[in-house]
Amino acid sequence: MLLPALWSIGHVYAQAPGDAAFLSTLGELREATYSDKATIAERLSQTGHRSVRAVLTALMEDRLSYRNSDQKIFIIHSADQDPAQLIDPLTLKSAGSAPADSLTKIGTNNGLRHTLRTVVAHFSLSSPDAAVRLQAVRDMLQSLDEPTLDLLRKRLAVETNSGVKREIQTGLALATLDGTDPNARLDAVATLSHRVSQDVRNRLALLLDKAPDGSFVEPDAKVRRAAAAAVASIDEWRGFYSGIETLFFGLSLGSVLVLIAFGLAITFGVMGVINMAHGELMMLGAYTTYAVQTVMPGHIGLSILVAIPAAFVVAGVVGVAMERTIIRHLYGRPLETLLATFGVSLVLQQAVRSIFSAQNRSVVTPEWMSGSLQLNGALAITYNRLYTVIFTLIVFVILLAVLKRTRIGLDIRAVSQNRAMAKAMGIRTEWVDAMTFGLGSGIAGVAGVALSQLTNVGPNLGQSYIIDSFMVVVFGGVGNLWGSLIGGMSMGIVNKLLEPYAGAVLAKILVLVGLILFIQTRPRGLFPQAGRAGEDK
Amino acid sequence: MLGIRNGIVSRDRGGARLLAVLAALAIAAPILNQVVPASSPLHLSAFGITLIGKYLCYGMLALAIDLIWGYCGILSLGHAAFFSLGGYAMGMYLMRQIGPRGVYGNPVLPDFMVFLNWKSLPWFWYGFNHFPIALLMVGLAPGLLALVFGWFAFRSRVTGVYFSIITQALTYALMLGFFRNDMGFGGNNGFTDFKDILGFDLHSDATRVVLLVITAVALGASYLACRVIVESRAGRVMRAIRDAESRTRFLGYPVEAYKLWLFVFSAVVAGVAGALYVPQIGIINPSEFAPINSIEAVIWVAIGGRGTLYGAIVGAVVVNYAKTYLTGAFPEVWLYALGALFVLVTLFLPKGIAGLAPAWRKKK
Repeated sequence: MLLPALWSIGHVYAQAPGDAAFLSTLGELREATYSDKATIAERLSQTGHRSVRAVLTALMEDRLSYRNSDQKIFIIHSADQDPAQLIDPLTLKSAGSAPADSLTKIGTNNGLRHTLRTVVAHFSLSSPDAAVRLQAVRDMLQSLDEPTLDLLRKRLAVETNSGVKREIQTGLALATLDGTDPNARLDAVATLSHRVSQDVRNRLALLLDKAPDGSFVEPDAKVRRAAAAAVASIDEWRGFYSGIETLFFGLSLGSVLVLIAFGLAITFGVMGVINMAHGELMMLGAYTTYAVQTVMPGHIGLSILVAIPAAFVVAGVVGVAMERTIIRHLYGRPLETLLATFGVSLVLQQAVRSIFSAQNRSVVTPEWMSGSLQLNGALAITYNRLYTVIFTLIVFVILLAVLKRTRIGLDIRAVSQNRAMAKAMGIRTEWVDAMTFGLGSGIAGVAGVALSQLTNVGPNLGQSYIIDSFMVVVFGGVGNLWGSLIGGMSMGIVNKLLEPYAGAVLAKILVLVGLILFIQTRPRGLFPQAGRAGEDK
Repeated sequence: MLGIRNGIVSRDRGGARLLAVLAALAIAAPILNQVVPASSPLHLSAFGITLIGKYLCYGMLALAIDLIWGYCGILSLGHAAFFSLGGYAMGMYLMRQIGPRGVYGNPVLPDFMVFLNWKSLPWFWYGFNHFPIALLMVGLAPGLLALVFGWFAFRSRVTGVYFSIITQALTYALMLGFFRNDMGFGGNNGFTDFKDILGFDLHSDATRVVLLVITAVALGASYLACRVIVESRAGRVMRAIRDAESRTRFLGYPVEAYKLWLFVFSAVVAGVAGALYVPQIGIINPSEFAPINSIEAVIWVAIGGRGTLYGAIVGAVVVNYAKTYLTGAFPEVWLYALGALFVLVTLFLPKGIAGLAPAWRKKK
């Protein structure tokens, strides 16, 4: 999780040559006509300066402006912000901000934007970064013309990266389908049959269509047969990948539930305390994330990493305070604990309303967590989901290690199994109780950090997930981390598998009903607690 | 311990007082509303009538919960589901009574169905234009759900917190279901805009007073029924189940059957409470199924005093009165006060308000 954050922070550029030439060419943009701007863009790209892409992309997106006071050109971070965040075009570093009316936008029109897109693509195609080249090829595939094809053919000859090569081949094959040589078309279909993207599939399916006069769009029967086979094969693969995607959605939904259920597995499972304020402890974690971001607005990427321990501490301290003042008087009376902690949850909710107001707070998603990982034409995985799954696994491993490998973990297990005997062995059971509850609460806070990235941060945040997570704990077997993990993941997956057929709400209802039925056959969950601790009487 | 002491109390002093208060209310409310002129400070407004009616309905729900929780140890965190089902059954009757007076003027289909472009009445709406059938469904819908759910749950010995949590899942699932438009229960908006019941205008004071009197009588009757049950032989078996379930089973009592029938009865009482609630409040929607409502109802019981029956009713009325007062006067403070109340009552008043009187008497 740390690496991408460091990348984005630690991108250090060397001093590039030709800054002066670049800057003077750039300066001409201020006064130029649209057609002049196109040639200036060409000349800019010929300087080979490392800022070319950023500047031209900014121009394309109407984010290039000059300051009225000193005529200096800046990239604007976001077009409709006031005051605008300025970025220096040479260093690409932040250059402060300025009110929007002190800046003049450098205008574009559709024709210019089209030219710019090609210029940027050509420039990017020779970038040393394979990811940039890949994106460039994809951009170019949107509008293929003869010069572009030429460029792609030349690039194919020297391209070393297999991913980029593949993308170029796809583009060339798509273009060949429009050609006159049936054998070339047949080869193109053969190439394309190994691709899985929607565009390719639709293009191939087009070959099977009939024109209004009844004749086939594709005159050659052999090509048609090959295309039909290719479409079938692509559909099969796409089905497979969408299955994987569903599985992944399920995993990511499940991992949220699991993350919440871990805290419950400790407080409810190990201590037998039904903590109705668990959701509110998560809410505290989410608000801690918000508070940390408010304190360090310049380092959003880092703030999440700071928020995790901070949320653990905040929620943990509140948890220990709850345990010391209320819950310790109620051990062995689970139903009374339920009522008292419900009272605490109301107080916490109202406290948050008083401090932060009842409105939802927006927590910014750091750059390294937004966007998605495009695995191939049919499968993309969003980063925030991916990180949630990974984060859950990390928390799981840490928690397992704490419980199984540390002294406090040993104490916790001893007290939960046989309180009297543990006490006789010299374990400070009262202290262990407080620590256990603090640990469970802290984990709830950490879950809140994850939730702040996935949903709105508001006073009701805790309530929307709490019932599901109680289900997870009951399903997996109380007091069993493995049970929570497997239970939560399978509940998430089943939910997502049902969704396409039943719709989101009905899927949830079916899962709940399924769970109620499951409890009938295994009243103590997937992994029941063994021994006397598991029996209530 | 607690069970034995309560069980042998033969003179039900709290219950007698409760019934007296209900009787006084049933006589006084019509007089204060209809006879006393509106200018007099003693006049009871229509708003006041509705408010009292609402509290009594909540009291009935609390009574149903106390019957199973206080006397059989079954903590249901989904009792508002039975309450709402009863309410929906009554709501369906009231919707059919609107007839052609709806916004779209369709004589058969309620407005929301016309709005959704439905052409005919779904099968489960048949018969709801007849009051006796609706009344039957008020008991039957929650009762059947409780029977099926309870049979599954008790048969496989789901007890304690597990039972509490799956009842919560039950009401949650129902809430999600009723939120759907295609369920045929009005989706998000539920039922509202009722016109009359059995031909009497729901907006007139007289109808409201009569509904209040009926609610008071129903509450008194269900209190007596619950009292009879808990004082009977079966009631003693139930307390035995509460205090030592396994032991009772080993003694040869069919524990599951006792629990199941008590649960079903309690669900029916809750359903009747819901049916009385809807015509007085004038709306029923899926948020009544929200798990938080069930938890709140349990809390009324805890605050009033679990295992006393009359305490539950007192708790429901007191907490809801405090809620009405505080949300009006100090909206900011309400949740703090309610939260603190739960914590303090569980910590310092384990027997609730009903436990205060005997303790105070002992001190004297």
